[in-house]
Amino acid sequence: MINHIDVSVVLRGTVCDLYSNLVTRPTGAAVRAEIEQQLAEIGGRTLTVIDFTHVGLLDFSCADEIVAKLLLKYTDDGEAREREGYFLFRGLNDSHHDAIEAVLERHGLAIVAQGPEGEPQLLGIVDDGERLAWEVVCRLGAADCDDLAEAAGLPAPDAERVLNALRRRRLVMRVEDMYVPVGLAR
Amino acid sequence: MTTVITVPASLDDASFEQVLEQVAPLPPDARMLVDARHARWASPYGLTALLTLAQTREVRPAFAPPEADETVSYWSRTGFFKHAESVYDLQKAVRVRAAGESSVLLEITPISKAGDVHEVVGRIQQRAQAILHGELGIDAKATIGFSMTLSEACQNIIEHAGRGGWVAVQSYTWKKRLGRRVVVIAVCDAGVGFRQSLESKEGRSRGDRWDDGMALEEAVIRGVSRFRDPGRGQGLAGIRRYVGKWSGKLSVRSGTARIAIVPGWDDDVPLAERLPAFPGAQMQITIPERVPAR
Repeated sequence: MINHIDVSVVLRGTVCDLYSNLVTRPTGAAVRAEIEQQLAEIGGRTLTVIDFTHVGLLDFSCADEIVAKLLLKYTDDGEAREREGYFLFRGLNDSHHDAIEAVLERHGLAIVAQGPEGEPQLLGIVDDGERLAWEVVCRLGAADCDDLAEAAGLPAPDAERVLNALRRRRLVMRVEDMYVPVGLAR
Repeated sequence: MTTVITVPASLDDASFEQVLEQVAPLPPDARMLVDARHARWASPYGLTALLTLAQTREVRPAFAPPEADETVSYWSRTGFFKHAESVYDLQKAVRVRAAGESSVLLEITPISKAGDVHEVVGRIQQRAQAILHGELGIDAKATIGFSMTLSEACQNIIEHAGRGGWVAVQSYTWKKRLGRRVVVIAVCDAGVGFRQSLESKEGRSRGDRWDDGMALEEAVIRGVSRFRDPGRGQGLAGIRRYVGKWSGKLSVRSGTARIAIVPGWDDDVPLAERLPAFPGAQMQITIPERVPAR
């Protein structure tokens, strides 16, 4: 099941019902805490759409609190790694992109965002191998190590390594033996 | 005995140093009259710094307002006297008017908590678009970045100053140095300043040289913060990027030093040291009108 969290609703519900801008670090921390609370109630592996469609301004401090710290917690190195939380970011405008890409770069993180036509896009820091693997798996819809090795012309161990790296970074989900890009998972 | 501190006729970030040179030798509890009778003009930095100056004093100073009616009128529309009443003993009654002049994008506003930043950002967005895009010829998309810059600048007070401060935003034609219109953000506080803030950083190693200038270099240029959280320090980095993108100027004064990101149109020095001591941090961001390429 895919969960949907409208960030503007969380903002108004947790901080102030008059606010439409995500500014200041305390605001970001409060919004993230509420998102984490919702995810904890669901439990287990989750795929959550974080929807910024109705958010006006997002500043760097809020982007750091909401996006970067959320990811840091749920990736394989994070304190909530056992919950295996995956995120798809929706409704990002140009200014949201600026703030989010700056904080992703600062932490060496990457996210999957929905593009204008709903297509999944990688934002943030990924190396060439990860990007190639991501694009191939997106084109295939889902892939195992052999599929990627064949389609990308990679040795099988390299294909396995890069798919695992993408999964640890929560950019693809593992479903049985297949790897599915976060933006294409159902 | 009361010491008279003379406010220059034109008060901006550069001429405010003349005020500080007069104040610096005085003990914090000295009685002081800030004499602005001959002042004719003040930038948002000048006005917010005057309020900040009063906050640094142990004895509430007196303030003589400008004599020129139009100066009083303009300062009143910036909200200056409304706040000056709370930190100075005004020597003459001044009729406080509501802000509303088109060049005052944001009247002087106290900042002490996150809610103040929400309010400031909410209030400025529509007016910023009209001024930045309509009058300064800056891409409409830049308005959002301007609001982000304002937000991050104000947050420095909340996160680091340890006490409240002031913000103001105005646009005006900067005849003396640039000959173009500019929009200026001024954010001033009388808090702990950059050096003391960074001194509280855990595990900070102290080299041979450690002073206000070095603290400013670490925070403004290298993005160092007192917090161990690696996500900290991005606000000033974001301000620097925005200022660079729009050929603007950023200057930050703290303690006895001032650091500046200096664009080609200005001849300021990147780092000024051994200035008269002044508590807290005072930031100015100047975005100039775009000149169409020939």
